[in-house]
Amino acid sequence: MTNNQLTWMIGGSQGTGVDSSALLFGRACTLGGLYGYGNREYYSNIKGEHSYFMVRVHQKIIHSPLSKPDLLATFDAETVIRHALSVNVDGGIIYNSELSNVKLTDIPTLEHRVLEDLVTYLDNNKLEHSVNGILEASRRNGVHIYAIPYGDLLKEAASTLGEPKLSNLTRMMNTMAVAASFGLLEFDLSVLDSAISRTFHGKSKIIQLNMTVGKSAYDYVKGKYASGFQYKLKKVQTEEKRVFLQGNQATALGKLVGGCRVQTYYPISPASDESDYLEANQILKINPRRLSDSSNVEKTTYLEKNGGSVLVLQTEDETAAITAAIGAALSGARSSTSTSGPGFCLMVEGMGWAGINEVPVVITYYQRGGPSTGMPTRQEQGDLRFALHAGQGEFPRIILASGDQRECFYDAVHSFNYAERYQLPVIHLIDKTLANSTATYPMFDLSGIRIDRGAITNGENLNNLSSGDKTYKRFLFTEDGISPRTLLGTKGGVFWNTGDEHDEYGHITEDPVVRVRMMDKRMKKLETIDHEVPIQERLTLHGNEESDVTIVSWGSPKGAIIDAMDALNDENIHVNFLQIRMINPLPSENIISVLSRAKKTIGIEMNYSAQLAGWIRESTGIAIDHHVVKYNGRPISQDEVCDSIKKLVKYDAPKRLVLTHGT
Amino acid sequence: MALKLTDLKTSVHNDWCPGCGDFGVLNAIQMSLAEMDLEPHRVAVFSGIGCSGKIPHYINTYGIHTLHGRVLPYAIGAKLADPSLEVIAAGGDGDGMGIGAGHMVNAGRRNVDICYIMFDNGVYGLTKGQASPTLSLGLKTKSLSGPNINEAINPITLAMASGYTFIARGYSYDVRQLKELIKKGINHRGSAFISILQPCPTYNDINTMEWHGGQDRKDPATGKAMPRVYRIEEKGYDPSIHSGDADELNKKMQEVNSLGNQLGDEIPIGLFYSNETIPTYEERVAERLPNYLKTPPAKQQVSGPSGEPVADISALLDNLCMT
Ligand SMILES: Cc1ncc(C[n+]2csc(CCOP(=O)(O)OP(=O)(O)O)c2C)c(N)n1
Ligand code: SF4
Ligand SMILES: [Mg+2]
Repeated sequence: MTNNQLTWMIGGSQGTGVDSSALLFGRACTLGGLYGYGNREYYSNIKGEHSYFMVRVHQKIIHSPLSKPDLLATFDAETVIRHALSVNVDGGIIYNSELSNVKLTDIPTLEHRVLEDLVTYLDNNKLEHSVNGILEASRRNGVHIYAIPYGDLLKEAASTLGEPKLSNLTRMMNTMAVAASFGLLEFDLSVLDSAISRTFHGKSKIIQLNMTVGKSAYDYVKGKYASGFQYKLKKVQTEEKRVFLQGNQATALGKLVGGCRVQTYYPISPASDESDYLEANQILKINPRRLSDSSNVEKTTYLEKNGGSVLVLQTEDETAAITAAIGAALSGARSSTSTSGPGFCLMVEGMGWAGINEVPVVITYYQRGGPSTGMPTRQEQGDLRFALHAGQGEFPRIILASGDQRECFYDAVHSFNYAERYQLPVIHLIDKTLANSTATYPMFDLSGIRIDRGAITNGENLNNLSSGDKTYKRFLFTEDGISPRTLLGTKGGVFWNTGDEHDEYGHITEDPVVRVRMMDKRMKKLETIDHEVPIQERLTLHGNEESDVTIVSWGSPKGAIIDAMDALNDENIHVNFLQIRMINPLPSENIISVLSRAKKTIGIEMNYSAQLAGWIRESTGIAIDHHVVKYNGRPISQDEVCDSIKKLVKYDAPKRLVLTHGT
Repeated sequence: MALKLTDLKTSVHNDWCPGCGDFGVLNAIQMSLAEMDLEPHRVAVFSGIGCSGKIPHYINTYGIHTLHGRVLPYAIGAKLADPSLEVIAAGGDGDGMGIGAGHMVNAGRRNVDICYIMFDNGVYGLTKGQASPTLSLGLKTKSLSGPNINEAINPITLAMASGYTFIARGYSYDVRQLKELIKKGINHRGSAFISILQPCPTYNDINTMEWHGGQDRKDPATGKAMPRVYRIEEKGYDPSIHSGDADELNKKMQEVNSLGNQLGDEIPIGLFYSNETIPTYEERVAERLPNYLKTPPAKQQVSGPSGEPVADISALLDNLCMT
């Protein structure tokens, strides 16, 4: 019996509600006191292509997928054909008994490569090229096959409810597949019912339909098959408040609480979900007790009544997105823009301009498969070098990389604080896996969040700023490189900006002496950041400091690495993990001190050339011993990390290991 | 205290060529701001890149010299974050009709309350006189190696098609009219587009001040030059949209297009079109965000006395909370 540990998979063609049913499953598990981690894989397509969702469930918090499902829930033929052979031994497959005879060649969306591989496999095993053949192969592999007559069950439910149209609602099969899984797992049906109620909040009719078809599938499977299936889920009582959310939501929430008031964007996967979420929640609730100006009663009541709001501006392209965000930042709004690689290409000139004019702007950068349009909806961390070097000339920028949804939330706040404190562009690097995977976390703690708007001057002390000189100098030379800024509209604070090199007022200059001082002033900010930003916001050493083996990584592989460390501990292999969160300026001193203690270092990254490892070598002189890389567009799983570490620890080879799992 | 013209000047050395049409535009902008008594800190002049793009450095207001072609999105971002700012955008014809054409078109359909001044000199001045998108087919200005191989874009008809609600053509050497046009453009509720015939004596040896002034065609009777440019208001033209109904709009659109296309021996200058029946972008936003005009993004307080965020996201988190 395996209790409360399961990897569940559902698939179907895009546009048929696969995502919703996976979220339903995940929500129900979370409501049942378990932790979930769901990864969504989809094509750059709206309708028809195959997509699937893996939900991993556990009693303790988990951060990554496993490579293979224990239970595959299907209601179409393509999902069986594509995924049945990957189900774990002793696992199960739920399938629609009406589809057993569907042939492989009936599925137009199967890639040639996939079709050829399957045909070879079936031929070698002398099996027919159909759902039946595939299921028989799985059965021989030790997988349990559970047939469900979806159509009949739907008809029955339709007549009980007196809703003849219901039998045509194939969408209901999603809920049935989830419910059938619950039946096999003997999980409490009431948990599913409450997840249904929450998912379809306010639509009582839909709730009733879903609950009814759900119950019929649940009862059918539980009665008929459950005793033979070894995986079970049980409700766990917990007092802990938990959230179940995606990276794009976590980032958006961080922006809201972090004071973002203008967000610009041009639609692109996988970035625009965040802007959509912001736009859907544009009107903010304001906590009036927090307003410092409490003497100003009118203002307080005003805000109390009307709240604040975020202006979400969909622009004509990404050049406009970043430049409009910069304009808004000059006026004084905390401003950001979100995009992925193709959009960032267009933003480069704007970022350089923000660099030379010292404008605080946040670019939330969702990496996806490149180059060019690449693989629009697939995972990659191929843009570290691009984020680091994009733009002509040299100017300071901060690059932050979040490793999980929780970090997306807090880093979104940090990004604005750094941008305003150091008056520069901040790139917040996220990736497709973080954006689109959904995970359970203990409720975020908001009590420690602080907003730091940096040096903004409002006119009263303007005349003293420039040491006796009556006119305000926007780019006053200072020790730490930071000059107090005014917002457009401030009396006495008139300044100029230009993309050309400029003097302290912001007027164009080509004077070689001023040039050097101005370059030095701007670049000085990197040193200031290096001194000021607490190290715990820049890197994290997970695990025992004294381990001989140190993993180095950044971004979403964090989840698989943390989960793998746990599993490896059980096998008496102890490694620690240096997670780099601030890519620029890189906390080199601390990296050197950690890496020089390790006997063996292993870099894990989701790109071809181990970009972070290269950047670390450039900045510290330390060459990481082994590189584990993955660039097939699919996320990295816990077991892939475990296997590679075991291999590298045991054999000390190869130097570069390429991971390829994923469908 | 009324503003003086000198209050709007800076001490920055002006490096435009002697006789450049840009000076007329600069004077007209400074005169408008002084006459409107707009204090320097309330105004932000944004510009693109080119000779014309240097203009903010010569004006004592907030001056944001942006990127080639991007002046409009910068200006729009700033204005939308703080609608109380008086925002002027300025840039060349290469800037607005070439590299920035996408922004120019899309700004029209938004109708943000800004005033966009475009310098039409037929050339890329700062890069030494290549043909700009407004230079007519077959013309060979000084530094072209052969006649222009492209058709020209007409800024007026493009502005009309894009949805600008205030469209005017000015002339650098009619500073008096230009000043009035700029004042009206600033006061206009919505996006104002003013295309200015701006002779570039250095590279455009065809559309010169003399040519515009008709020095090459003298009235045989009087011997006086017959200027090509003429003020449309002196012909009793009414640029305003009154009811905003489809018939009126259609008719006016045709008139404006026809005025725009007159660039030969009779070139009308003045206000061609003014339509305040269309809501501004800010008004449209305010319909969605009730607090927008009173506390726009730049004016919202985002944190309390020790930096605690004021936004209360607990309801959103509760939505995602599974207990
Ligand atoms: C992205 C980019 N490409 C090219 C240039 C070079 N450049 C500088 S000014 C200019 C042309 C300016 O022409 P116009 O906009 O008509 O302004 P004018 O100088 O005529 O006032 C060009 C192409 C640039 N600054 N940026
Ligand atoms: S090149 Fe032409 S547009 Fe530029 S400053 Fe000289 S005259 Fe004026
Ligand atoms: Mg030009």
